[in-house]
Amino acid sequence: MTTAAPKKTPLYEEHVRLGAKMIPFGDWIMPVQYSGIMDEHQAVRNNVGIFDISHMGQLVATGPGSGGWLNEMLTNNIDKLEVGTGQYTFLLNERGGIIDDLIVYRTGPEEFLLVVNASRVDEDFAWLKQHLAASCELTNRSDSFGGVAIQGPRVVDLFHALLGSQVELPARNHIIERKLDGMNLSIARTGYTGEDGVEVFFSAKDAAKFWNTVLKTGEQFGIRPCGLGARDTLRLEMCYPLNGSDLSPEHNPIEAGLGFFVDLKKPIFIGRDVLIQAKENGTPNRLAAFRMKGKGPPPRPHYGVWLAGDQIGETTSGTLSPSLNQGIGMAYLPTQHARAGTEIEIEIRGQKFPATIEKKPLYKKS
Amino acid sequence: MNVPDDLFYTESHEWIKREGDNARVGITDHAQAELTDVVYVELPKVGATAEARGQIAVVESVKAASDIYAPVNGTVVEVNKALEGNPALVNTDPFGEGWIFVLKMDSPDDIKQLKDAAAYRKVIE
Repeated sequence: MTTAAPKKTPLYEEHVRLGAKMIPFGDWIMPVQYSGIMDEHQAVRNNVGIFDISHMGQLVATGPGSGGWLNEMLTNNIDKLEVGTGQYTFLLNERGGIIDDLIVYRTGPEEFLLVVNASRVDEDFAWLKQHLAASCELTNRSDSFGGVAIQGPRVVDLFHALLGSQVELPARNHIIERKLDGMNLSIARTGYTGEDGVEVFFSAKDAAKFWNTVLKTGEQFGIRPCGLGARDTLRLEMCYPLNGSDLSPEHNPIEAGLGFFVDLKKPIFIGRDVLIQAKENGTPNRLAAFRMKGKGPPPRPHYGVWLAGDQIGETTSGTLSPSLNQGIGMAYLPTQHARAGTEIEIEIRGQKFPATIEKKPLYKKS
Repeated sequence: MNVPDDLFYTESHEWIKREGDNARVGITDHAQAELTDVVYVELPKVGATAEARGQIAVVESVKAASDIYAPVNGTVVEVNKALEGNPALVNTDPFGEGWIFVLKMDSPDDIKQLKDAAAYRKVIE
């Protein structure tokens, strides 16, 4: 627990002005919703929405050999990154447990931007500093930078209206630099919603100006400011994991079903030995996605998961899916029970409700 | 925010309408606006004994589950089955179609200990 005053992003005043409901989120005070989670969720699925992600951390690694050094710190393969591209990856402890999941961009031959979870900035920075190669430098620019995610099928239209129709958005997982009205923008084609979208990073002093420019230009496309509530329902429909809930130092990426972002062919990275074991021998548990059957209360984190009269696990995430209009969630379950089609029960206030393990993602765009 | 004058209220944002010896109960406009997007209502069972300030129902939004408390001692005699199919009635018509349950009050005079509209307005100011 921290007793310090909550941290405010450079967009705090804009959220308050828009009438957002503000809630504590880790060390931060963040908007959970503006017009309502359902409305914001549908705006992102059908049109476009903008999220403040300025609370996320931004670390910059530079110097000769910084790529080689990061390759020993992170699970995915940095050598696959051309300048101007990024990849999803993990920072692990020696036991293979997940310290953080993040996106690393190669912004120059020897320059990398790491976008990390808000709650892990200090921990990541300390861990990386502790393991820093002598030739490299690592800076934490989190306090002087802001960011937004702009997500939804109309994002390309919106950017053409913002930057001119001749400007192409970067390809998926690519990052470009653009200027808009004196503001320097780093625009990355990525997101956490399952829709087409970008994450844009800029100097903290430009945050309000950029936010308001996007909202104004986005009006014609039905843009909505969106809070953490919709961010959670959107990502959970896609089964994107949330660090601190679905990911933790007690679990490794293989258990989480995210082995795709681990390159075991790399000769060395922290946690590699454990992950090779996990890959070869299998893991006792797997992160499974489930969907409730019929009408019932929505599942939430830390609800018991039951099978044939035995509790076999606990939910790590849960919500009502606005797209499916049904309860959905994820839980670590014994591997033999984590297969799609397995019938389970979720315990909600002492009563058990039927659910089925499903393939990820739970929501597929039709 | 709408706070009808002919109802009684609790600190925990339930409204109570006296109907003879019965009390019809729901959550206030203020409460539904705070919760937003009600997606599930766990109704009490007809015949259940209600204890004043005891948890008796649950209203769930996308984000969270919130307990609903019985305003007075009594017995549940009716529940709003319409909420099973359409929980959003709590949002769209909190003082009407969005009612949650009806209690037969053990002592109807208990209702006088609840807040009137003026007192409740002060709570949500």
